[in-house]
Amino acid sequence: MTAVTFGPGLMWLITIFVLAAFVGYEVISKVPSILHTPLMSGSNAIHGIILVGTMLVLGAAHGPAQLTLGFLAVVLATLNMVGGFVVTDRMLEMFKAKPGTPKRDGEESGAAQ
Amino acid sequence: MSRATATDLVYLIAIIGFILALKGLSSPKRARLGNLAGAASAVLAVAWTFSRPEVYGTTRNLVLIIVAMIIGTIVGVPAARTVKMTAMPQMVAIFNGVGGGAAALVSLTEFIALPGKAIAVYKICEVLFGVLVGAVSFSGSAIAFAKLQELMTGRPITYPAQQPINAVLGLTILALLVATVVTANTALLVIVLLLSLILGVVFVLPIGGADVPVLISLLNSFTGLAVAASGFTLDSPLLIVAGTLVGASGMLLTRMMSQAMGRSLPNILFSAFGSVITATGGEAGDESRPVRAGTADDIGVLLAYARKVAIVPGYGLAVAQAQHTARELAEALAARGVEVYYAIHPVAGRMPGHMNVLLAEANVPYDQLKEMDEANPEMPTTDVALVVGANDTVNPAANNTPGSPIYGMPIVHADQAQNIVFLKRSMRPGFAGIDNELLYDPKTIMLFGDAKDSLTKLVAAVKAA
Repeated sequence: MTAVTFGPGLMWLITIFVLAAFVGYEVISKVPSILHTPLMSGSNAIHGIILVGTMLVLGAAHGPAQLTLGFLAVVLATLNMVGGFVVTDRMLEMFKAKPGTPKRDGEESGAAQ
Repeated sequence: MSRATATDLVYLIAIIGFILALKGLSSPKRARLGNLAGAASAVLAVAWTFSRPEVYGTTRNLVLIIVAMIIGTIVGVPAARTVKMTAMPQMVAIFNGVGGGAAALVSLTEFIALPGKAIAVYKICEVLFGVLVGAVSFSGSAIAFAKLQELMTGRPITYPAQQPINAVLGLTILALLVATVVTANTALLVIVLLLSLILGVVFVLPIGGADVPVLISLLNSFTGLAVAASGFTLDSPLLIVAGTLVGASGMLLTRMMSQAMGRSLPNILFSAFGSVITATGGEAGDESRPVRAGTADDIGVLLAYARKVAIVPGYGLAVAQAQHTARELAEALAARGVEVYYAIHPVAGRMPGHMNVLLAEANVPYDQLKEMDEANPEMPTTDVALVVGANDTVNPAANNTPGSPIYGMPIVHADQAQNIVFLKRSMRPGFAGIDNELLYDPKTIMLFGDAKDSLTKLVAAVKAA
């Protein structure tokens, strides 16, 4: 077993990680309860970006085990990303402008049912 | 500019897009724009990834990638487009679970691909974290789906020696984690994966159906962290930032959601342990006690001659697809000069904000929608509270029965209205599986039947009155 040596980039990655954690915490401050579900669904879609990781893994895969696992991973990640964004959009198109805020007409829900 | 730098730059743009997406999603005005910004960023990042030699280098693998993406899209888009609004929460659970599964598989596959001996310890730790958390999120989301889809009971599931069994499972996984770090053995990692799947199941089983939405939010946050771990394994700042953003904001959102339910997160996650659930049995409720059942005509008259009527919608209204009929009833009443408003509990439906979405879909005017805090002061001056398919969210036990599983949850005070009308299929308890005293209140009239049928009859009765 090798000694614990951090790769040259690791400290950078940890720095990025810590900063991102603060940004994630600060960027959503007060969310009205009607937006809890869409926000959850939207952030769910964002972690679908794992698709990029699965593409890299499957692209470099050798042998049946890696190919199978990688293939499955790409399918699942695509489902997460694509389904996540579509379902969030459907939720949000239900929200119409409240009285008092400028009315945006023609925003009737198209995907009713 | 070198290709690697260009890639980093494109990914940076995507990262900015994700941050703006989250920011937009937390304000009503820009929510939809925010989501579109997120989607555009994701498409940009994925499209650019095709230009990387790791991806297009081997033609066979490239074809596999494209085929897999097509399969995912063909399955995902129609599912997301056609899912009923009432089934939205389950859908989010599924999409979250597969994301966790993908993250776990990325970590696992990358581990297999790494050269056997010379793996740095921190690398193994990253892989283990990704596999563990991703797998827990995957199987936990699957159980959450089953609970919401009512493929299994929504009640907390407890069994003898639950805590010792969980403790043994946890310690076993911990020991295996250490062993895997020391030996870098793939077989051990696979066992960790399998045990993590079991851990996800036992973690979710004791959580009651009404609390599952908060749980999904927590698992969403977990998946974010698993994605970040995969990002460390792949040296990808894009995955680290996107995953961590979701992980951190998801934690905060989970806390806000449990606050909206008047519960603390530990209380939601662990309250089933060691406490005896005081629920009475399933189907019949409390069979021996008298309830007052009315006819649609009686209730129609009661409503038509009221001054102020509160409609308290719940999941039953959504399941019966009765939101349009509810609006018709409100319009018929308004035409007679009755003041009508909807009293919306924050977690009415199956998720916070779910009921607002459903009613907006039925074109109910916004000024008639009152949040619980706004509606409750009006209740004592309300002549009739018409509770449509809701139960737990108006259960006074939340205020006055300390042993009750929902004790402490804020409720819509339908009990303070002059008359209470329940539209309900049967005396069956609600999602939380507990009896509701309000059903036996002398001020309460029951109208049994499907919410939509009952509302249709009420519309006719009001018009005839």
